Formats: sequence, structure tokens, C-alpha cells
Amino acid sequence: MSAPVHPRSAPTAPGRAIGADLPRVDARAKVTGTATYAFEYPVPHPAYLHPVQATIARGRLTRIDTTAAEALDGVRAVLWHGNAPRLRATDNAELAVLQSDQVFYRGQVVAAVIADTPEAARQAARLVRLDYDQQPHDVDLSPHRGDLYAPKDDHDQGDLEAAMAGAEHALDATYTTPMLHATPIEPHTTTAVWDDSGLTLYESTQGAHFARQELAPLLDLDPQRIQIIAPYVGGGFGSKGPLHAPTVLTVLAARAMFGRPVKLALTRRHMFDQVGYRSPTIQRIRLAANAQGRLSGIGMDATVQTARLAEFIEEATGPTESMYAAPHRHIALRAAELDAAVPGWIRGPGQCPGMFGPEVAMDELAQACGLDPIDLRLRNDPDHDPATGKPFSSRNLAACLREGARRFGWHDRDPAPGTRLVQGWYVGTGVAASRYPVVPPAGPSEATVRHLHDGHYEVHIGAADIGTGAWTVLTQIAADALGAGVQDVQVRIGDTALPEASVAGGSTGTMSWGSTIVAAARAFRDRHGTAPAPGAEASAPLPDNPATEQFAMAAFGAQFAEVHIHADTGEIRVPRLLGAFAAGRIINPRTARSQLIGGMTMGLSMALHEQSIMDPRFGHVVNCDLAEYHIATNADVADIQAHWIDEEDPHVNPLGAKGIGEIGIVGTAAAVANAAHHATGVRVRDLPLTLDHFLG
Amino acid sequence: MIPFDYQRAQTPAAAAAAVAAHPRAAFLGGGTNLVDRMKLGVATPELLVDITHLDLDRIEELPDGTVRIGANVRNSDLAAHPLIRHRYPALSQALLSGASGQLRNTATTGGNLLQRTRCVYFQDTTTPCNKREPGSGCSALEGYTRYHALLGASEHCVATHPSDMAVAMSALDAVVTVQSPHGRRRIPLAELHRLPGDHPEHDTVLDHGDLITAVELPPSAMAARSRYRKVRDRASYAFALVSAAVALDLDGDHISDLRIALGGLAHKPWRALRAEEELRGGPATQEHFRAAAQAELAAARPLKGNAFKTDLARTTLASTLSDLAAPGPRHEEQR
Repeated sequence: MSAPVHPRSAPTAPGRAIGADLPRVDARAKVTGTATYAFEYPVPHPAYLHPVQATIARGRLTRIDTTAAEALDGVRAVLWHGNAPRLRATDNAELAVLQSDQVFYRGQVVAAVIADTPEAARQAARLVRLDYDQQPHDVDLSPHRGDLYAPKDDHDQGDLEAAMAGAEHALDATYTTPMLHATPIEPHTTTAVWDDSGLTLYESTQGAHFARQELAPLLDLDPQRIQIIAPYVGGGFGSKGPLHAPTVLTVLAARAMFGRPVKLALTRRHMFDQVGYRSPTIQRIRLAANAQGRLSGIGMDATVQTARLAEFIEEATGPTESMYAAPHRHIALRAAELDAAVPGWIRGPGQCPGMFGPEVAMDELAQACGLDPIDLRLRNDPDHDPATGKPFSSRNLAACLREGARRFGWHDRDPAPGTRLVQGWYVGTGVAASRYPVVPPAGPSEATVRHLHDGHYEVHIGAADIGTGAWTVLTQIAADALGAGVQDVQVRIGDTALPEASVAGGSTGTMSWGSTIVAAARAFRDRHGTAPAPGAEASAPLPDNPATEQFAMAAFGAQFAEVHIHADTGEIRVPRLLGAFAAGRIINPRTARSQLIGGMTMGLSMALHEQSIMDPRFGHVVNCDLAEYHIATNADVADIQAHWIDEEDPHVNPLGAKGIGEIGIVGTAAAVANAAHHATGVRVRDLPLTLDHFLG
Repeated sequence: MIPFDYQRAQTPAAAAAAVAAHPRAAFLGGGTNLVDRMKLGVATPELLVDITHLDLDRIEELPDGTVRIGANVRNSDLAAHPLIRHRYPALSQALLSGASGQLRNTATTGGNLLQRTRCVYFQDTTTPCNKREPGSGCSALEGYTRYHALLGASEHCVATHPSDMAVAMSALDAVVTVQSPHGRRRIPLAELHRLPGDHPEHDTVLDHGDLITAVELPPSAMAARSRYRKVRDRASYAFALVSAAVALDLDGDHISDLRIALGGLAHKPWRALRAEEELRGGPATQEHFRAAAQAELAAARPLKGNAFKTDLARTTLASTLSDLAAPGPRHEEQR
């Protein structure tokens, strides 16, 4: 086992670790450059891999000429579907790399070069000649396509049409969010070694066990013969959750080079066609309300795209199902299967884009009703979950709206749009709600507690810290669960040699791994008491929580934005963003704040900049580097604050903690768009809020 | 990236000769654009002649007041130099509005002028591009054109020149000195870059082997009252949608002389001679500024995805002129 051990933390008193403002235990290793990432693992005599990608979006390979590539100095092999090692059939066709002559999207990996240097591999990849039988492709997403299908059941209640017809205020508008890419700073990287002892992967992943679980059947290999090591990950944002084709490709290359390690680091351009993306969404929203703003009807018809190669559905209707109640509701999701790369998880899948249309629509309705947008939300805050009828384990949206309003200085807001011109800039403020559900962890977890000596413990769990602070908060949770100080506890994570853990996704990490550690600590005390012998250990799995059947569970929040828009040029700046959240117990205020403002920053970036441009003629994203795919720079992020209210939730889990990894990005873009309207009177329903929306 | 040879030139003349002698040779300055293009397979030089050690890294004032900027002066150093900041503020502003701190620390003056378009199709070897592969067609014409040209484009190419620095230099009547294998010559900066016409593969009038050794800024009282206004899609590290470099000489309420160059709109820094003519000798009023901007953009031929830039260019130019004529609180729009 190679999971690293960090220097001991600054001490906390026994039982006082949770809630302490503890610096990250891995901070020193990261800022001194001593943390080893997947591509950097020193392995003997590695070979390097470079993919060859399809330049058509649909068709069949008729010939692959590898002669010139193979003739190049340093090239060891060119893999393609005719000579690549076979994979077992898989439900996830995205992973069936180099297994057939079919081309499902432009950019699909159809061959790969293995060479002694990355430069030779890259040069040789250009020399591989591909001939195709090309067929017409289709990458146009539209709600008017004839071939849309329903990936999940519609939610229908009452008669929305009638409610709309009879309402004092009826709103019917369409909102769009563009294709987005996760673009973590560390690209997806793999170092693979396949030898007599089995397969070892140094992998940039959000879940070592999750990756192994996907790989083992594909390779027809006993999972015990696969070790995946991933202590440090340079960001994932969901894109390193499920396995993607490049990892499988590297494993195939390692199989072909049996005994010699193979390394692959994706280029930035690969990051736009190999590792998933957020589907664009088209959201028709209907709201019906009486004169007092009470909702009588809610409608959402969302259209998203999936891929002909494999299905991934961005569940953009999720938030609307649970956000506000009305007697008449129609919520429907439709998907189009396109000749495009496979979409995937990105921070707040479904929830993040799915909150944009509805929360801008609420702002529009507030204006139509002559109500403050906070007041409109308070009037429609339901007692029970509208989707299931269950009571909430806790729902503090109202408290977040009030606390956020107080801190932001909302009370003396002039509601009139487009009236505040300050030194050439229109000034406005806006608000939107945030919500992120407590979702079940994707997979089981188990933890082991071992007493080393004299009250020093190690806690083992195969969890992942992708920059979230998991390493640190798990140390705090373990310390309190053992009645020790954090200085007495070493947590080991990021390795399949450790007990199995669920993937870092769905904001479940702290909840599920933390609850597992609490259970393991209890099992340890039950078995070994308070004076354990050196070497004593105990393990426990994540306990079931029967309360998840009885209650609807979600974190809530409210986000406030101040927006300035240049009167002549339409340039947009966001000098202030403030979020107030209710997410149960906060384990570590420092890492929590970092997660929340990180999510809000990503939401700001989505609001103002991010947009992957699909060129329908070719079928690929053309702005595929960080000069053209704009992410907020430091200059775009000014005063950004995250606050939280004290929320006690006795049902959610033994820690009383809800996830905070994703809620920060949910609702941010709507708050910014609403503020932009307040500033200018221009209602933008299509992200991003580029300056051309505000010209003229 | 293909294998390439590397030489370190000892003199500008030797550098020019070395590149001229090899049809697939290129000069290596800061490398911030060339090396990217090499990785992408857009540039495939077989020989790089490194000029960064040549004695071309000084900023000096000549006896007649001309400021000579060596071709190897880094963008950061040029932006920060007191002579530039005080006498040619538009140039300093233009430099600081470009790229990122790290890139500016590396990129050179000569290299900045010779950087190539960031048209996404030019940078993507899997799509047709007449600039990269003459005769293959222009993918941008019917494609993604947000950063593309409104002025002076052709049916073969609608790319824009990405430099901010060059736009300011164009407005400041800069002159480029060139070392060729056959001798030296001087080219007004406004004539260095060309319009695409039938040969978009040629960005400039330079021949293979011509080495830019310096840029000279003539003395100009007007230049002290100059400014660079860049409008872009994010607050930092983005190419111009539209930019304007303006220098103004006012006599009371009248414009005795002026210079205007626009960026983000053409295959070259666009000297707005039409607008200059409209305004020279006339009153410095909002109305005239708007009319001049209107006149300059009359020739605009927008594409499907960049029609908004015509308006944006008009308002940017008019407001930059009026800000410069009457600096007030609106001077702070780049916050």
C-alpha cells in the first residue's frame, strides 16, 4: 500500500475536532510540490501513449494505415481495433475502446501510438492514415425533433393547461444552458503497469474502487489483481467519477506492452472530447399564479442530449420536482441521441443547469406580480416535498433567504429595473435559490480503525480527496469518533488496497465516508474498549439509514449577486456574490467555505463565460482550449462570500451533515442573470450572459 | 511536433541568413505562440533559429526623440518602461490588456507582431483553412465567428490579427526595422500586416528570412494623450472582441490632429483613416465622434455570428474618443 501519510495536524482537544477550522492535512505536500500525481509516479522505463482520433462524426473505418507511424524512431506499437487486446462486452459502450470499426462521434479514439517518448507518440499519431465510409451525422439539439424520447417518467398532476388559462399571472418562457466542460487543471492521467502480479494503475480518479469495479469485468480480471492508487487528484468536478475511454486505452496499451509501464496524460484539447461534458439544456418553463403570487401551476419541459455511443442523461428536471408545490404540475424530460461524444457528470449534474430556468422564471413572475423575489419564494415554500409528499428532514430555504438578504443588504432594494446608472455602469442585484439533494452514495463503503500504540490510531478507507478537503474532515470525524485529538489520527485514503469506499460524487463523500468511520470507531470501542492493545483493529460498513425512507432530504441555499453592466459596451462584472446555505452540520469551516465559494465561482463562470461551441458541420467542439473556452479569471471574481446557518438535522446521518460539494454551483447563474435584468431591464434567458445581450 | 534542428544565431544578419537558407526554418523568440502551434501541428518548422540572445533587448531614446524598442524586449518590460508609460500610454495599456502575466513575461515585441490568428479552425488541423493550407477552404465563413473580421476580409479568410500591442503601435505611427539577408529596411507598422485577399497564408509583407530587429516610435506630443480601450468576453486573458487605440491633439474644443486604430475587426490592426479624416480639424463633440465611428464602420461586412461587433465597434470608438477628449468619472470603465 502506498497511500501517503501526512505530518501530524495541529492538535485539537479530544472530542473537539468537528467544527475546528483545521488547515488541510495535505496542504504542505501540495504547495511544496511533493504530492505525487498519477502521471508523476516514477516507474521504470515507461512508454507513452498518444491517441489517434476520428475526424468524422459517423461512419465506419475502412482502412487504417500505420506504416508511416510504425516506421518512426521510438515507436513501439500502433494499436487499433484489428490488433488491440479484446475487452469483455460491456453495458457502457463508451469504454469499449478499439473494439470495432464503428465511428460514433468526431474525436472518438480509433487508434493509439505507444512510443518511447511522448513526442514520438504524438508525432506518430499524426502519421496514422484513416479511411472511412462516412455517413451523414446529426448533432443538432432541438425540442422539436421527432425522435426525442423520455428517459424517465413524466410527473403529471392536475391540469396545467387549465391552470395557465385561469391564472392571474401566467408565464411561459424558454431558457437554455450551453454545453459545458469540467476542465480540471490536472487533465485525466493514467500510469498503467500490467505484469505477472496483475494490473496496477496510478489514476487521476474520484473513486479508486469505483474505477476498479468498472474495469475488472471489462478486462475479465479478478478485482483482487487490480490495484488503483489515487492519493492526489488535481480536480475532477465529476469528470473523473465514472471511468472514461482513455483509462481503458492505457490499460490496453499496458496489456500489449506486458511488463512495461505505459503513461497517458490527455492534452487540454482531449479534455473536450474524451471525458464527458454537461449536456446543453433547453427548458420550457410555465408558471401560473394568483394575484398574491401563490403558484397554482408549474411546468417544465426540458430537452437534453445523449450520445448514440452510450447513454448519459442530464436530469435537468430534478430540481423542479422538489422545489415548489402547486396543485397542477407537468414535468417532463426528453432526450435526443446525437452523433456526439458521451455527456457525463459535471458538478451538480441535472441540478445545476436545471435550476437556471426555474429560478429566472420565478424572478420574472415576481416582477409580474409586483412582489419582491424573496417574498415570492417565501410564499411558495412548501411544507412537504412536492415530489414524494414526504416531510423534509430539514428545509431551511426561508432562513437562507432571510439571512442572505440581511447580510447582502437587500432590504432597501429599489425593485425597478434599468434605473441605476453609476459612472457609466448599470447596477443591479438579484437573488436565486439553491438546492442539492442528499443522494445515496454510489457504492458501499467500509472503514478500518487500527490502534497503533499509546492512543495513536490509523483509519483506512479508500476514499478520494479531489481537492475537497476530504482528507482533513475525515481526520476530524475520526478523531471525535475515537475521542482522540486530530494529532493522534492518521487517515489513509486513495488506494484500492484500503477498504472499499464509494466514489467522490453527488456531494456524498463526507456523509458516507464520515458515517462509515463513525461506525468503525464504534465497532472498535465495542470490541476493544477504551484501553486497546497495540495492533487492535475493527472494521464496519456504512450503516443503513432508515430515515432516508421517511424523509425528503436536501441542502438549501440562497445566492445574491450584484452585477454591473457597461452602458456602452454591455461588458458585465460581478463585484459581489453572497451565498447563505443550510447544509446541516459543518465539519470544518475552512474547507467548507472553500467548497462553497468554489462552487459559486464555477457558477459565476457558467453565468458569464462558459460555453462549448459545437460546430454542427464537423460535429465537434471548436473552442477546445483554455484561451477560447473561457473560465472566470481572478479578475472576474471579486468579493465572494459563503455563509451558513446553524442547521440541526437529526435524520440525515449520524453526523448531521449534508453535502456541500455541489450546492454552491446551483442557482448562481440564475442569481447573476436576475441581477443583470435588474441592472438593465434586459431579460436574458440564454447562458452565458455575454455582452452582446446587452448592446443597443 | 516533428523533430527540428536548433541554432543559436550570433548576429541579426546571421539569423536572417540562416532562416533564409532553409525553407522550413523559423525564428524563435519567446515561443509563446510558435511552440503552441508546433504542438498542434499547425507549424512544422525543421529548423528553429533562436534569436533571444541577440542584442535586441533595449529600449532607448534616439537624439531626435524617437524611442527604439528592440525586438527582443519582453512585453512586460515594455509595458512597465517609464518612457512608454509617460509618452505612449496607449501602448502600455494595450500590452497590459493582452495575454497573462506569465505570457507577457516571455513574449517579445517582434514575436507579438508576428503572432498568428487564433481562429479556431486555423488552430485545428482537422478542419479546412486557407491560411494554414492554401486552397483547402475557409471553415470560419459559415462557422464560429465571434472573434472574426468585419473589415477588409475576403472570401478566403475572415481571421483577425490577435495582437493588442500592434493596434496601439499602429495608432502611434510606429516603424518596424527589418534585417533581411540582403540588408536592412524600414516598414511603417501600419503596412507590415496585410489583408487576406487571395493569399491569407501571408500575414505580413515580410519575406522568408526577414527579421524584425526593432520598432521605433516617433516623437509625438499627441501620443501622451492616448489610450487603449479593449472590450472582451472576460475581464482578463481574452482576445479583443473590439479594441480601439486613440491619440488625440486638442486645440480647445477642436481636434487639431488624431490617430485611431481598431483591433479585433480585421486581418491587421485597422487604421481608421476615414474616421480620422472626419474628425481632424472638427469639433470634439459626442455627435462628431459618433458620426466618425459610423463612417468608419460603414464598410463593415459582418458574418452571421459577429454582427453585434459592428455596433460594439461604433460605441467603443465613440466612447473612447469622448473619454479621451473629456476625461471624467467614466474613465474608470475597466474596473
